[in-house]
Formats: sequence, C-alpha cells, structure tokens
Amino acid sequence: MPHINLPQEVPGIRSLVMYRPETGKYLYELVQLLLRGESPLSAADRELIAAYVSYLNNCEFCYQSHAAAARCLYGEQKELVDEVLQDFATAPVSPKLKALLVIAGKVQKLGKEVQPEDIETARAAGAGDRDIHDTVLIAATFCMFNRYVDGLGTTTPEYVSDYIAMGERISTIGYVLPNQSK
Amino acid sequence: MPYIPVASHLPGITGLLEYRMDTAAPIRALTQFLLRGPNTLSEGERELIATIVSNGNECQFCTTAHAAAADVLLGNPSVTNAVIKDHQQAPVSHKMKALLEIARLVRISGKAVTDTAIQAAKQAGATDLEIHDTVLIAALFCLYNRYVDGLATAMPEDPSYFDQLAVRLVQHGYNRLPQGYDHLKK
Repeated sequence: MPHINLPQEVPGIRSLVMYRPETGKYLYELVQLLLRGESPLSAADRELIAAYVSYLNNCEFCYQSHAAAARCLYGEQKELVDEVLQDFATAPVSPKLKALLVIAGKVQKLGKEVQPEDIETARAAGAGDRDIHDTVLIAATFCMFNRYVDGLGTTTPEYVSDYIAMGERISTIGYVLPNQSK
Repeated sequence: MPYIPVASHLPGITGLLEYRMDTAAPIRALTQFLLRGPNTLSEGERELIATIVSNGNECQFCTTAHAAAADVLLGNPSVTNAVIKDHQQAPVSHKMKALLEIARLVRISGKAVTDTAIQAAKQAGATDLEIHDTVLIAALFCLYNRYVDGLATAMPEDPSYFDQLAVRLVQHGYNRLPQGYDHLKK
C-alpha cells in the first residue's frame, strides 16, 4: 500500500509523476537527458549503471525496469546485464565499464566513498571526464529515484514479465510522462 | 582537487551545474519548485529538510549552504543548529518533527520509511502532499550530496562565501543567474 493517495492503476515512478506532474516533468526531463542525451557512454551502459545502483539500493521497481531496458538495448549481448548484476568483476565487460561500475557502487554508498584511486583506475582504462561525470550523476540520480519510489511505498507490478514491456517501451521511446504516452 | 575540471571560482555544486548545463536545467528547476514554489511548508522548513539530509550524508558544502539559507529564512540560527543536533528536541512544530524524521529515514533508504513514521506525520497534521514533498526533497538531496562529494568538489576558501550564497539562495532561489557566475571571479 502506498503511504499517500497515489493513482492505483500504475506502479512505481509513474504513479508519483501522475500524482505530482509539476515535479514529474523535471524528473523525466532529467532522466531522459542523462540516459538518452549526448554522452560518451552508450544508452545500454547507462541503463546498466542505473540498474546496478537500483539493485544495490534494493529498489525492485527501478532495478527490474532498468535491467529490462538494458537487456533490450544490449540486444544479442543481453545476458551481460544479469552477469554484471551478479558479479561485474567476472562479467565480460570492458575494464572501463568495470571501473565506472566501481565508482557508481561507491556513489551509491556515499559521495565521499569515491577515492582518487578509483578515478585513476577509470582514467587508466580509458574513461574521460564526461564518462566519470555522467557515471557519478547517473548513480546519484538513481539514489534519488530509488528513495522516492520506495520512500512513498509505491506498488510494483504483479508479474516480473510485466517489466519486459516496460523495458521495451523505455528502450524505444525513452522517458515520456505517462499522460503523454499510450 | 575536484576529479573533473570545474571552474575554480565555483566551489561545490555551482561548478558542476556549469560543467554540464543541459542536465543542470531540470535539476535547478526541480529544486526551485520544491524549495521555493507554492507550498504549505515554509521555505525555511523546506531548507531544514535539505539541511538534515545533507548533514546525515556528511556533505559539508550542502550542509553549510542550506543551513545558512535556513538561518536567513527562519531569522534565528539556533533552530537549524538544534535540528542538526536532534530534530525531536528542536523548537519546531510537531508536524515538522515528524516530517524531519521521514527525511532522516529516506536518507538511510527508501525502504527505511515505516508506516509508523508516516502515521505520526499524518496525526500531527501533515497532508499527503507535504509528505510527498518531504520525501522528494530528501531524495533530491541524496542526489546533490553524492554529486558534490562523488566528484570531490572544493569547499570555498573563504567561509564568508556561504553568507553571500545564503543571500543569493534567498533572493534568487535556485534558477541559474541570468548573467551567469563570472562576477564571482576574484
């Protein structure tokens, strides 16, 4: 049961942005720019960072929906997503993405946890300023979304398979407010 | 030393918001609406929520900045100090104590917010919208604090920077200044 009187028919963040569209429009604008806007990181890698941070925050709705979107965006390599979430150290992803995931995992704990060595490792693996900036901001943004979604006790879809359609939607049309999409 | 090249005259969040301006726009607009928009919580009360979360996240820049803004808006610096020390004993309303408790829990984790904490706020007169805005403000500062510290932004060399910043936050809010920030260069 949500903690406040949210629309019943929609789960997670969608119920919140329908409840308070004045803040919802900025939240969707931010996530669209961060995950789909211009960046040296691919949309798939950015969704993976979002899924990983949401997984660490134990936010079922955000983790499942962004993992589903990442699977769609990786296409034939979709198994990467679950391999990374289980143990990214052994997952077949680039040293650069691993180093960025380390940074994202530290941001999830607290900003101060990120150490100069973490940044040096990422740079040595080829990460530039914008890779590092965007990773930190995506991780921080999902620390906001996860708390917003769970802090108000939003509902989650009844079936895990419901996330497949959600992943397909956000991997094709991106982040569109519920009242503006079908 | 910040981990990425940000303007040296812009400590804390300001340099980051100038570094990537497309994402800064919705972050600023969201903050302006939440902390300065029409609301049944006063601007000072909303700054207290920002302060307690930033303090819990050990983010020195954000804590100092929002405590300074809260002090100006509340007209009494002892309130912010008391809230930072122990919000349950602070000279704020029962409703604010309950909302600050929700903010404290949101900072730990969204899942940490209990039915008990929500019921206490409702019994003290908090509306659904006030609870919503408290949770979102607390969550937003969990973003800011991680952004500011995760990239190791600098604290200002001169502590009086925060007095000027507080005036700017009270007078202009969170929108980007129309003239930019070049005037802050020494």
